Amino acid sequence: MVIVKIGVLALQGAFREHKKMLESCGAEAIEVRTTDDVNSVDGLIIPGGESTTIGKMMVDWGLLDTIKDRASHGMPIYGTCAGMILLAKDIVGSEQPRLGLMDICVRRNAFGRQVESFEADLHVAEFGTEPVRAVFIRAPYIESAGREVKVLAVVDEHIVIARQGNYLATAFHPELTQDDRIHKFFIGMVQESLGK
Amino acid sequence: MEQGTFRVKAGLAEMLKGGVIMDVTTPEQAKIAEEAGACAVMALERVPADIRAAGGVARMADPTIVQRIMEVVSIPVMAKARIGHFVEAQILESLGADYIDESEVLTPADDKYHINKENFKVPFVCGAKNLGEALRRIGEGAAMIRTKGEPGTGNVVEAVKHIRMVMSEIRLLQNLPEEEVSAFAKNIAAPIELVKETRRLGRLPVVNFAAGGIATPADAALMMQLGCDGIFVGSGIFKSGDPAQRAKAIVAATTYYNDPKVLAEVSKDLGEPMVGIEISTIPANERMQERGW
Repeated sequence: MVIVKIGVLALQGAFREHKKMLESCGAEAIEVRTTDDVNSVDGLIIPGGESTTIGKMMVDWGLLDTIKDRASHGMPIYGTCAGMILLAKDIVGSEQPRLGLMDICVRRNAFGRQVESFEADLHVAEFGTEPVRAVFIRAPYIESAGREVKVLAVVDEHIVIARQGNYLATAFHPELTQDDRIHKFFIGMVQESLGK
Repeated sequence: MEQGTFRVKAGLAEMLKGGVIMDVTTPEQAKIAEEAGACAVMALERVPADIRAAGGVARMADPTIVQRIMEVVSIPVMAKARIGHFVEAQILESLGADYIDESEVLTPADDKYHINKENFKVPFVCGAKNLGEALRRIGEGAAMIRTKGEPGTGNVVEAVKHIRMVMSEIRLLQNLPEEEVSAFAKNIAAPIELVKETRRLGRLPVVNFAAGGIATPADAALMMQLGCDGIFVGSGIFKSGDPAQRAKAIVAATTYYNDPKVLAEVSKDLGEPMVGIEISTIPANERMQERGW
């Protein structure tokens, strides 16, 4: 197995947990705060956090264009929660900065405020019969997706995991559980992209 | 589908890490904070410096203030309840506040007991001056901890004292032989299971923010380098000369806390910081950090 180097965008949010999970899966993981960091990794995770905060800082520190440039050359990106919002082309009712790489329309805080946050078991064919325990925190969902987008899981008919080529998005937080299947899946995507 | 689990409550704090939570008293201030990159706001009737100046009994904010702020921003909105005042907490939960700060900035409503935070679906953050106090609060159900500092002073010395105390107690705990752990738990009056978990993790079992007296980007970076997970700024922003600029600078300093070049850049031309208060000039019975136990 090729050891891949995956960056976790560390501007704000749950980057520590992603880094830990990547390392436990055997990948090399670094915190990404500068354009040099972006240019040194094989794949990137955009963690949960506040999408408005992360988006503004990506613009202010020149990361937005660098990430888009790396993405256009095939670098895989996985976004959780806020990361999913930042990957989306459309965000309902918001003009906030974004990467806009996935042909999805996302609704923020779609399940409600914090008191409505929840955990649930998801059945995801790609990850076998064992359900994925998904933690949704003021979570978004994908309201609509383009034809290129593959839907991997839904909650109450709302899309919560989707993949489009080198991009993967989940509305929930696998990094807050012990279940590393989604991270392994993403590491596989990064290995595949290096093989091409 | 399960709501209000500890993982969901502590999870929101995980998402706030590396960010700045700002005290605001009006929808306009809340917009400025969100625009500057705050990861959450604390909706208040008065910032701590004004509470300190006004004296008297400080209580939960008028629900209208909390609601109006919730209407204008998309980031999480927190609000403060008095220590032990579980009805203020019930009211704030019913309004849909995203986090409740059971706060020593307000006048305590109970001289013996804190709120039983496990009874709520909304998560709580509580202040602590040392490891025992932090673990007692977590034992009552707090999903996030912050240093107490001395609020409304613009003087970071107490927040530094409190984070240093917590970190040094954790280091001590980690180096104890196994058989001394239970006596250590007894000495700091903390639940043994949480003491063991802290020892195993090498940090508090929940996210730990800095609060109380942070007024500059350098203050924020100092607290981050000392081991805090993020920053609360109370009076430091809206009591300064140029709130929008200062807010943005503190946000940048909290992310790039290890990069002195960035810190130098963002510290330039911020205008007047809030006027600070030397702690020794505050009578002991007016020090907010002594509230709570």
